[in-house]
Amino acid sequence: MSSPIMRLNSVSKNFGATQALDNVDFSCESGSIHAILGENGAGKSTLIKIMSGVLQPSAGSLFVADKELKLQSPTQAAQEGVVCIFQELSLVPDLSVADNIFLDSPPKSWGLIDRKKQGEGAEALLARIKCEDIDPSSLVNELSLSRRQMVEIAKALGKKPRVLILDEATSALTSQDVETIYGLLGELKSEGVASLFISHKMQEVERLCDTLSVFRNGQHIETFKKGAKSDSDIVRLMIGRSVDAQFPVKRPMVQRPERLLVKNLCWENQLRGVDLTLGKGEILGLGGLDGQGQKELLLALFGVLRGVDGEVSVEGQFVAPNSPAAAKSAPMNIALVPEDRKTEGLMLPMSIADNLMIASLDRISQGPFISPLKEQQAVEDGIKKLQIKVGSVDHAVSTLSGGNQQKVVIAKWLRTQPDIILLNDPTRGIDVGTKQEIYKLMQELAEQGKSILLYSTDYAELIGCCDRVAVMYDGKIVSELEGEEINEEAIVGASLNIAENMSTRSQGAAI
Amino acid sequence: MTKRSFNFGMTMKQNAAFVVAFAVLTVLWLLYNMLHPRGFSSAVLIQNTNESVVIVFVAIAQTLPVLMGGLDLSVGAVMTLTNCVASALMSGSPLQIVFGAFVTLLTGTSFGLLNGLIVVYGRIQPIIATLATGSIAIGFALFIRPQPGGEVDGDLGWALTNDLYELVFTYGWWDADASWFVTISWIPVPLLIIVIVSFGVWIPFKRSVTGRTIYAIGSSESAAFMSGLPIERAKIAAFTLAGFFAACGGLYLAIQTSSGNADISQAGSYTLNSIAAVVLGGTSLLGGIGGAIGSLVGALLLRMMAFYFRIMSIDPLLQPLIEGVVLLTAVSLGAWRTLSTKNRLQLFR
Repeated sequence: MSSPIMRLNSVSKNFGATQALDNVDFSCESGSIHAILGENGAGKSTLIKIMSGVLQPSAGSLFVADKELKLQSPTQAAQEGVVCIFQELSLVPDLSVADNIFLDSPPKSWGLIDRKKQGEGAEALLARIKCEDIDPSSLVNELSLSRRQMVEIAKALGKKPRVLILDEATSALTSQDVETIYGLLGELKSEGVASLFISHKMQEVERLCDTLSVFRNGQHIETFKKGAKSDSDIVRLMIGRSVDAQFPVKRPMVQRPERLLVKNLCWENQLRGVDLTLGKGEILGLGGLDGQGQKELLLALFGVLRGVDGEVSVEGQFVAPNSPAAAKSAPMNIALVPEDRKTEGLMLPMSIADNLMIASLDRISQGPFISPLKEQQAVEDGIKKLQIKVGSVDHAVSTLSGGNQQKVVIAKWLRTQPDIILLNDPTRGIDVGTKQEIYKLMQELAEQGKSILLYSTDYAELIGCCDRVAVMYDGKIVSELEGEEINEEAIVGASLNIAENMSTRSQGAAI
Repeated sequence: MTKRSFNFGMTMKQNAAFVVAFAVLTVLWLLYNMLHPRGFSSAVLIQNTNESVVIVFVAIAQTLPVLMGGLDLSVGAVMTLTNCVASALMSGSPLQIVFGAFVTLLTGTSFGLLNGLIVVYGRIQPIIATLATGSIAIGFALFIRPQPGGEVDGDLGWALTNDLYELVFTYGWWDADASWFVTISWIPVPLLIIVIVSFGVWIPFKRSVTGRTIYAIGSSESAAFMSGLPIERAKIAAFTLAGFFAACGGLYLAIQTSSGNADISQAGSYTLNSIAAVVLGGTSLLGGIGGAIGSLVGALLLRMMAFYFRIMSIDPLLQPLIEGVVLLTAVSLGAWRTLSTKNRLQLFR
């Protein structure tokens, strides 16, 4: 066995009274892909932030290639070959792709940035991750979230890492790109790079990693080779207790009265005639490859898009969602849990209580004023219903873990008493425990008669939660699956718009 | 690997605000010269550029803090202070004059440095820090020049505010009537000063890591930090350079007027006009987008308005009103984006 490229020796980190890392010993080898597993709040983020120089440990020491280092900044870590791809994108939106890739160490001539060389370098790196479609001179804010993530990866590659840390790096990617990244990690492995891989997707971990480490409550629980433990063993290690089946038991299929009816919905060239029905108490899944119009469909229904054509009716009444303000009030009563909770879902510096109430202030107001008493009751009720773990409701919502932040977003929209709830990938980047709670909550809401439209990039979620799944391809719904038909092969087949699945379409449409 | 060709359309789109401002300036300038009885003459160009130099430099100074998403309320005051410094030092032997110019520029630059240090290490918002330091600058200026006055070398004043012919003739560098020189001797010196100083400092700066960091800070400071960029250094550099450009303005004002004047209301109006020029030139007040060349164009647009007032003999009492309406209209043009965006979520990114 080779000596470890990176080693942590009894590292601890505390933020005030909170112990984020507790006496952690950890090491990883060159030429391996090492998964780090744990619930949110287990200390994974703190661990990688210490490794990549963003945070400094309160105690303990860090070695890279047997050299003890005191990393003070991400730059210093990068010079030592430790490069991190963060979950929160580290790209500058108003600069070009090439500028971003070489942001802190651009190629220079005569002391000035050599833009030609930089462009060529960026192009070579993008080609390596099969992103020739990205023009290095386009601005980052012109790219979709998944393309940005690929730029982030190119940026990390440009630093020639010895240790590459990927924090949920695949969660925003399309399945094609994920394959590319898998291939890339394999290549890097054979070149002797150590990859540290943080993911909430077990399949991904199983397929890719050779070594797994489990963290819980700031402690390093165990490290083992792939295959040494079963999935359920691993999950037990992660949460410290055994869990029931991941998804709640499915409800029986029944005929449901129709609530939302969408006919021939078109927008730009991303929605090309979507037909959809959503019943009372139904959970309808939206599947398909990323970028086939699912997000746009949700945004169109929520009144975000301009120039939408087609018919939308709620409870038999034609409606025109012109703005989120119109969409959330009667007669539509729609709620949207948006794609990016940090920018679209929450106002990070504002308090948990403020965030919880921001969409339903009219319900707790008397005349023009917000009633403090009603607000307090509503906040307490919202926190209790979703079991959000908070110290104080007056803390900034940014202090919460990702899973709890997402719960605040959901709780905020439940305060508006919606009939139709649109969910855009609500479990992206959150821990197993919270995921399960969200699945259960969806089912409870459906049982109360709410209609749920769930877009998810995780097929298992669609299979496990939905009464029906509509698969989108190129701006249209190409297939609707129901009951037993909902399985991975059918969804994947329909996502790729493979011909034999077209027969299911006619069945689905008849229902 | 195929070589990607230069994408003209995309470049235009990414710089739409600047392109529009530049086009409008060109059209207005042509029209102005057609209306002017002595249009397209060197004399008109000399007068116009002379009256534009100071606001151009102050606007460029303002651009740097704005690119970081801040504002510098002291640029007008620093310009005034350096104007007073120059009025006290810019006379005597050539060596004394050079020394005086050097000290003037150094004064503005160090004042900018001071602003930067206060913002970075004092952790004070730029807008309030510079409001305070601007007052201090005016205080120093009043100390140097309680009454308007001073003296600047007359030859220098004449040479730098006319065309190249006069510059060469005044100092007798070579035969000003030489046939090879005729083709360029009509070029106004103030125009050359604007072009050489602004392009000569700005272009290299923009292509440095520090320059790019300023854009990154304005666009997303957290991403800049996570990418390991020298944020503090860049902030200090931005304010320092702002001080330098403000000093260029002050120095030229002294040369042009041959005096110094610690005029508080003049300092204030230069600061506010600099913000207007920056916005007109396509720099976003949120930071991250734009540049000094845009502000140069924006400042010229502002001055152009005054030139039109003159040839159209607009009642001075009406001028502020018209100025305000035109400015509002021009800035509203930027709002076309909000009308044409189909996905309204993108308006907030």
